[in-house]
Amino acid sequence: MVKRVEIIVKNHTIANDFSEAPPRVSEWRRFRRVFFQRRMVIFGLAIILLTGFIAVFAKQLAPYDPYDQDMRSTLLQPSEEHLLGTDALGRDTLSRLLYGTRTALLAGFSVVGIAVVIGVMLGLIAGYFGGIANIIIMRAMDVLMGFPMLVLALFIAALLGGGIHNVIIALGISALPGYARVMHGLTLSIRENDYVLAEQAMGSRNSRIMLAHILPNALPPMIVLITLQLGFIILAEAGLSYLGIGIKPPGAAWGSMVNDGYRYLLSNPMLSFAPGLSIMLVVFAFNMVGDGLRDALDPRLRGLL
Amino acid sequence: MTTYIIQRLLWALVILIMLTLLVFFAMRLLPGDPLLIYVAQSQGLASMPPEALAKLRAEYGLDKPIMVQYFNWVGNVVRGNFGTSIYFHEDVGKLLLKRFPITIYLGTLSFIIATIVGTLAGLLAALRRSKLADQIVTPLSYIGITVPIFWLGILMIYLFGLKLRWLPIAGYTSPLDNFWLSTRQIIMPVICLAIADIAALSRQMRSSVLEVIRQDYIRTAWSKGLQESSIVMRHVLKNSLIPVITLMGIAISLIFGGSVLVETVFNIPGIGRLMVQSIFAQDYVVVQSCALVFGIIIVLTNLMVDISYGWLDPRVRYG
Repeated sequence: MVKRVEIIVKNHTIANDFSEAPPRVSEWRRFRRVFFQRRMVIFGLAIILLTGFIAVFAKQLAPYDPYDQDMRSTLLQPSEEHLLGTDALGRDTLSRLLYGTRTALLAGFSVVGIAVVIGVMLGLIAGYFGGIANIIIMRAMDVLMGFPMLVLALFIAALLGGGIHNVIIALGISALPGYARVMHGLTLSIRENDYVLAEQAMGSRNSRIMLAHILPNALPPMIVLITLQLGFIILAEAGLSYLGIGIKPPGAAWGSMVNDGYRYLLSNPMLSFAPGLSIMLVVFAFNMVGDGLRDALDPRLRGLL
Repeated sequence: MTTYIIQRLLWALVILIMLTLLVFFAMRLLPGDPLLIYVAQSQGLASMPPEALAKLRAEYGLDKPIMVQYFNWVGNVVRGNFGTSIYFHEDVGKLLLKRFPITIYLGTLSFIIATIVGTLAGLLAALRRSKLADQIVTPLSYIGITVPIFWLGILMIYLFGLKLRWLPIAGYTSPLDNFWLSTRQIIMPVICLAIADIAALSRQMRSSVLEVIRQDYIRTAWSKGLQESSIVMRHVLKNSLIPVITLMGIAISLIFGGSVLVETVFNIPGIGRLMVQSIFAQDYVVVQSCALVFGIIIVLTNLMVDISYGWLDPRVRYG
């Protein structure tokens, strides 16, 4: 018995030596090579890391208190003391800008968190079980998709009464159908694999198959979608807070800063320019990293996500 | 084709019914009694004795079971009776009718421009891959997708309205009243509405064209000795448009979603601006009606996209 095993092992090594299969490339190394190939992706990653750093250490980095009103120094032009000037209430624009990273990232990550957890679960159930569950869930998603995303978010946030928490819930519901649809499609194709059939034949529980086999295999496209969506969610949150639905004053959000500065556009253009540029940079960064992840994880998704 | 169209029509009808259900029941999520909110806003709550409240409740049909209330509401909406606005002191149906054409006009114009410019830019970038045209279009398309449109609007107001004084900074005039002024006023809003779609469509078009020009039939066309112009027009353009059309539904949704922001920036009295105004006035009847109108726009335009898609690509009809 022992001998036979040895022979098999030996044969295996021999076969390996002479096989014409290309040398094994480490998945991680391949991922790194493709991901870091484009300079724009590295740039995006740097922006995201920097934004995260600023959000964590906003208190230490900000030269002034972002809520500190100083009526003697309102609407100051950019100077050495106030690098980006001050707003109509004498608050330091740079400090408010730095604190704004917190709102943007908090909104972005919590919205995507809500949408991913619920959306993926619904898509998985609809795709795996099919039948009536599929019809109910996917038709409900179609209805949510029947509104422009911003209008739906605005509608829900208005009914809930505004404020950052309600905006997060509203955006989470509006972003949900996107994840459910993608997960539904992925589940349908992954379900057809032999390893799922094998698990079913062994009598595994459905929950085990769904969580241990289908979910991990759907992960790469999901990670790409999440990264790409983070940018758009931050953009949507900025839009809502521009309209005045998001964070309540005196909280610092880039969207509402753009709106606050609009009245002083001619005299203090920096009040509107700086926060808008920040939104754009962060959204751009998430898009770039999302693109890089897509090319590195699964290039077939090009044009789909 | 007829079966396909009927199928799509029925489907749109189902979605419309579900939209009304969603909008109606979402309103009922409002904390508090809709009647109390209405009374508190119009007269002040303190002055209202309980008997009068009960009478009002019966008058508005709010004492009936919820499904009866729903059917009453849908029946009224179908007849164009949306209720009365507390804030605007006007019949909501009339209010919508006044503002609806403005949003549709700007949205349709932006969509047409976005489709033409986006498609051509993507085609050009793909045909001249890695050349100057591509190096201009591709980075611009990234910027177009990521720029906050309300901020872009403000930048344009600053540059073209305040500094250069080429264009009026805000407002809306009907093209029927003063065509020249109206056109000058809508240039910036239309650019803002279209920019994200131009970028998205050109990206999709670029990758789609790159896919098509690798196909055998294009090589055959070249080897037959056809002119480049006729290959591009007859073979490349037609075939690469098919994946782009699948994006149309999202593109339309993006434009009408953006109208909420753009109409606010440029102070244009459309449905988007109306919705934002009535949110701040807590005029929920109007908010509800606006959401419903946006939903109807999206469902109907998606219906048109689906039908044209089935017409262009026969594979879809039998799929």
